[in-house]
Amino acid sequence: MSIIVKNISKSYKQVKALDNISLEVPSGELFGLIGPDGAGKTTLFRILTTLLLPNEGTASVTGYDIVKDYKSIRNTVGYMPGRFSLYQDLTVEENLRFFATIFGTTIEENYDLIRDIYVQIEPFKNRRAGRLSGGMKQKLALSCALIHKPKVLFLDEPTTGVDPVSRKEFWEMLKRLQEQQITIFVSTPYMDEAALCDNIALITNGKILRIDTPEGIKASFPHKIYKVKSTKTFKLIQDLGAYEQTHSAYPFGEYIHFTPNTTAFRTQDLTHFLKENHHTNIEVFETGPTIEDTFMELSD
Amino acid sequence: MNIIRYIIQKEFRQIFRNKAMLPIIFIMPLIQLIILSNAASFEVKNIKFGYIDNDRTSSSRELIENFNASTYFNVLTDFSSSKQAKSAMLNGDVDVVLEIPRHFNRNLIKEKKTDLSVTINAIDGAAAGVENVYVNQIVERFNANTKVQLIQLGTAGVQPQIIDTIPLFWYNETLNYKTFMVPGILVLLVTMITLFLSGMNVVREKEIGTLEQINVTPIKKHQFIIGKLFPFLILGLLLLTVGLIIAKILFHIPIVGSIFLMYGYTVIYILVILGIGLFISNFTDTQQQAMFIAWFFMVIFILMSGLFTPVESMPQWAQILTEANPIKYFVQVMRMVMLKGAGFSDILPQFAKTLLYAFAMNGLAVMSYKKFT
Repeated sequence: MSIIVKNISKSYKQVKALDNISLEVPSGELFGLIGPDGAGKTTLFRILTTLLLPNEGTASVTGYDIVKDYKSIRNTVGYMPGRFSLYQDLTVEENLRFFATIFGTTIEENYDLIRDIYVQIEPFKNRRAGRLSGGMKQKLALSCALIHKPKVLFLDEPTTGVDPVSRKEFWEMLKRLQEQQITIFVSTPYMDEAALCDNIALITNGKILRIDTPEGIKASFPHKIYKVKSTKTFKLIQDLGAYEQTHSAYPFGEYIHFTPNTTAFRTQDLTHFLKENHHTNIEVFETGPTIEDTFMELSD
Repeated sequence: MNIIRYIIQKEFRQIFRNKAMLPIIFIMPLIQLIILSNAASFEVKNIKFGYIDNDRTSSSRELIENFNASTYFNVLTDFSSSKQAKSAMLNGDVDVVLEIPRHFNRNLIKEKKTDLSVTINAIDGAAAGVENVYVNQIVERFNANTKVQLIQLGTAGVQPQIIDTIPLFWYNETLNYKTFMVPGILVLLVTMITLFLSGMNVVREKEIGTLEQINVTPIKKHQFIIGKLFPFLILGLLLLTVGLIIAKILFHIPIVGSIFLMYGYTVIYILVILGIGLFISNFTDTQQQAMFIAWFFMVIFILMSGLFTPVESMPQWAQILTEANPIKYFVQVMRMVMLKGAGFSDILPQFAKTLLYAFAMNGLAVMSYKKFT
């Protein structure tokens, strides 16, 4: 096991940020922590990277205890905080060299590991980090977190505020890193990224709802799910809320995801109900559940 | 060692890359030195002087002539009544009013004794005190002259008994205020720059989030702190050098003592200030907070340093407080070494206290700096 978390709790005054969290991440796995803002993701990251002490519980990273062996952990993990936190007034190369030096290594020594990522920003190596685009900043931050060849990589919302193309590229890079036997612990509020992880933990309000593979999470959804659409989306949500067979209904892209509260549900009934309520261009068809559906179901 | 060197290198790079920062560090203090040294004078000149002459005799006119001859007083107006003089003072048209009583001359000759009334605008207490001394000096001189005249007129043979004091101002013969202000102001500038820069530097890393990134690295506390603070020690010494050159060339301040001793003491002094700066930054989250706290200490340190008002004139409790004021020691040492040529044994008490202070502050700062919360 690369990361073991046992019954970790952390409170900030009255607010309980983490409530009795337990999870395990095997070596070489890409593990996703999925949850909305304020769920406690960053707090867990800060505890695992030895920046914060938990109130209760124990945790270890690559076998080192986060309280007793914090010095060893700092040598073996790479951490990329959610906010870009490199020196904006130093150049790309200077930033990378700085982090290499304070980890007691050099860029040349571990160049192999970062080559894939660094070649993309190398043409701009004399540019100050503050003048890079969002996607390039993120690549630089990842290079800096990797420069000392960590065994575990902690990435706290690495793709927040990054364009869709760069996001896709970024996840491809993570997949390649995983092949190098690096355990990756990543958090994201985006459910579509969750599907790319080996295992995911759904977290909200400091509690873990479920830990499973993305497929397992989807399969655990207990209801049938239907996509519903009409020309009047807002009225559609209101009307579905009033419909007697509704279990849940919430917007999902251009459709409404609707789950019935009875197995006897027939799509004709819903279509009929919507027609009565003066909806036009009605579409109702069955679809497979997504991770987001499970998340919404579990967090209700 | 390699790590410390790289951090120092990085800090200097960041300082020199910040286009707005360089002038702030070097140009601003030097402008302050030039302006303050020329302006922060205790001499009171061009005092607006008015008088009410109720006597109108040759003696009273002679007394007024004495004021007129003085470079400190501008004899402005001859008021006809004290009521008029009062309203002029209320308007701020006049600072000092001398009222010569009726029968001034007659009393002086017959009874060898008379009164004068002096009214001084004491809105500025320090200036009023100085003005009072000037008035007394002129009146005394006038007094001495008339005594001699009276004696010459009257009983010859009796020697006039006048004790004359001739003051000698050691280490600053002409009582040139610049000679003692410039070393003091230089001290303030070195202190301000090093305190503000060090106080805000670590907080800045907190603000931009880089401190968190650094805290997860295996870097050691002392490596980080030495690497961070060393550049400011160099900057402080550089500032002192430029300031001393200006003091010598522009203000002709004598540098009697050993330059080496001065720099040696300054190194220890700057360590104290850097310790205070780091201590402040450990307890603040934003540069703004750090700035305000640094200012709080700075103002107290400056006003209680003995630079503008002598420590000896402060109340007992305040004098005890000044024991914890590093600026006081630095001002003393700079004046002693520069003007008096004091050697190491002369400044040993200040040296020892500053050294102790440096250990205490840096110890506290290192202890309060935590790599995790």
